[in-house]
Amino acid sequence: MVSIASVREPASRAVTEPARKAEARGLSFYYGGFQALKNVTMPLFEKKVTALIGPSGCGKSTFLRCFNRMHDLYPGNRYEGEILLHPDAANLLAPEVDPIEVRMRISMVFQKPNPFPKSIYENVAYGLRVRGAGRRSVLDDKVEEALRNAALWDEVKDRLHGLAFNLSGGQQQRLCIARALATEPEILLFDEPTSALDPIATASIERLIDELKSRVTILVVTHNMQQAARVSDYTAYMYLGELIEFGVTDTIFIKPRHKQTEDYITGRFG
Amino acid sequence: MSASTHVVRLRALIAAHKRWDRVFAVVGLLALMTGVLTFVALFVDMAIDGAARVSLEFFTSFPSRRPAQAGVLSAWVGSVLVMIVTAATAVPLGVAAGVYLEEYAPRNWMTDLIEINVTNLAGVPSIIYGLLALGLFVYQFGLGQSILTAGLTLALLILPVVIVATRESIRAIPGMIREGAYALGATKWQTTADHILPYATPGIMTGVIIGMARAIGETAPIITIGALTFIAFLPPAPVTAEPPFISFEWLWSPFTVLPIQMFNWTSRPEAAFHENAAAAGLVLVVMTLAMNAVAIYLRYRMRKTIKW
Repeated sequence: MVSIASVREPASRAVTEPARKAEARGLSFYYGGFQALKNVTMPLFEKKVTALIGPSGCGKSTFLRCFNRMHDLYPGNRYEGEILLHPDAANLLAPEVDPIEVRMRISMVFQKPNPFPKSIYENVAYGLRVRGAGRRSVLDDKVEEALRNAALWDEVKDRLHGLAFNLSGGQQQRLCIARALATEPEILLFDEPTSALDPIATASIERLIDELKSRVTILVVTHNMQQAARVSDYTAYMYLGELIEFGVTDTIFIKPRHKQTEDYITGRFG
Repeated sequence: MSASTHVVRLRALIAAHKRWDRVFAVVGLLALMTGVLTFVALFVDMAIDGAARVSLEFFTSFPSRRPAQAGVLSAWVGSVLVMIVTAATAVPLGVAAGVYLEEYAPRNWMTDLIEINVTNLAGVPSIIYGLLALGLFVYQFGLGQSILTAGLTLALLILPVVIVATRESIRAIPGMIREGAYALGATKWQTTADHILPYATPGIMTGVIIGMARAIGETAPIITIGALTFIAFLPPAPVTAEPPFISFEWLWSPFTVLPIQMFNWTSRPEAAFHENAAAAGLVLVVMTLAMNAVAIYLRYRMRKTIKW
């Protein structure tokens, strides 16, 4: 029932498949007694954008939040299976792995912009401060670099010490992206990053995601099919906690292998 | 014609319904005024009796046998010093306990039990705290009938208030902010110290001040531990001329506080002392109102600078 043939077939794929940055293997996840993910196996290719689509409650956000062990914050949650982080193929979900270490290597941007009630500068610098960076000159450089990479620098360079709340919604979300980028993560997770934004802000975030994939591997959950088609290289369709189909985005959208995927993409379902 | 009788009937119905509107408006206003007017009447009565006595000398004179020369110097100094001990004890203990319960404690029946008991502590009569302090601080620990004992007793009294205020203001911080910090690799303590505590501070301060406003008017536990009712000297100064310049001798000093001074004066037969009592009461109420005003101002500031 879980089709991941497109990534498992060794013969032809070995040539065309890009390097793997991470992969979920037989990943199941439980909220207490409720199983939210069922045996999901899926790769994340290095410096590519992978989109997760599917109807509400299909487990895509749950899947995303496994990658930085966000579920560890709440009691009663349980993982089964593994997520391997390459090149060293370390299992992120192993109980002996500290979730804090995982979060230092894999950043996350949330659905609603969640800047801290502090200055723009302090928001971006916080991830660095958590890592013990205190030298003003180092922080200044890194903050500027992150804000430039998040395409926000020109808009905020004159008010770095103003409150982050005075930014618009789209700017706040780009600030959160800058905050996540400042620590140079290996993977960037986006949990429906534009669902709280207007179309213009959405376009700027999508442009940004496109620019960012040259430096970081990206996994993005989205409700918006067009968005998945626009920004991603690979797409995974999930339903009721199962991975139904995974493949190159163009293939998924033009010639999906499963009837169910096609129905969802064409809007007949979900 | 039938339409208009229908309309007439409707209007009568609405008028009848509106009568209840007016009835409740009056009942509600009366209910509100019961509290407000009682306070205003008490305050005005006290002001009429005592305002004439409130002068600079009233604050700089010790109590005296002659009512016209008596003042509240030892009482307000005692109140301030006791409040310092209370705040220095109750704030760190209460905030630490509140943060622990909200951020660190595992969710199980033990925690539930502790939570319920903390809330219940707020309802324990203050004289019980006085009895506890008499047995524990005065006799067991040998702290004597001192400012230290009084401050610790009142700290215990307002501890539940501080804990509850801390928890409430922590709970008002959205989970998104917490997740934002954790997602950057912050530890629990980094998240708490860098985000949770700073954002909860205005709320915690409000709770602390409301607790202090309650403590400053407490009489029963202070009498129970044996504060003096007539005292004509000040505790040793906290700042000295010789090194190390700071002295904590005052902690062990006997003392009195404003409500006890008031209590002492009201139990005298001479009417002139009753005026003094009213004046001391006025000072106490103004101090309490001022503390509450600070709390309200802080809450207002918090709503302005931190929004989610």
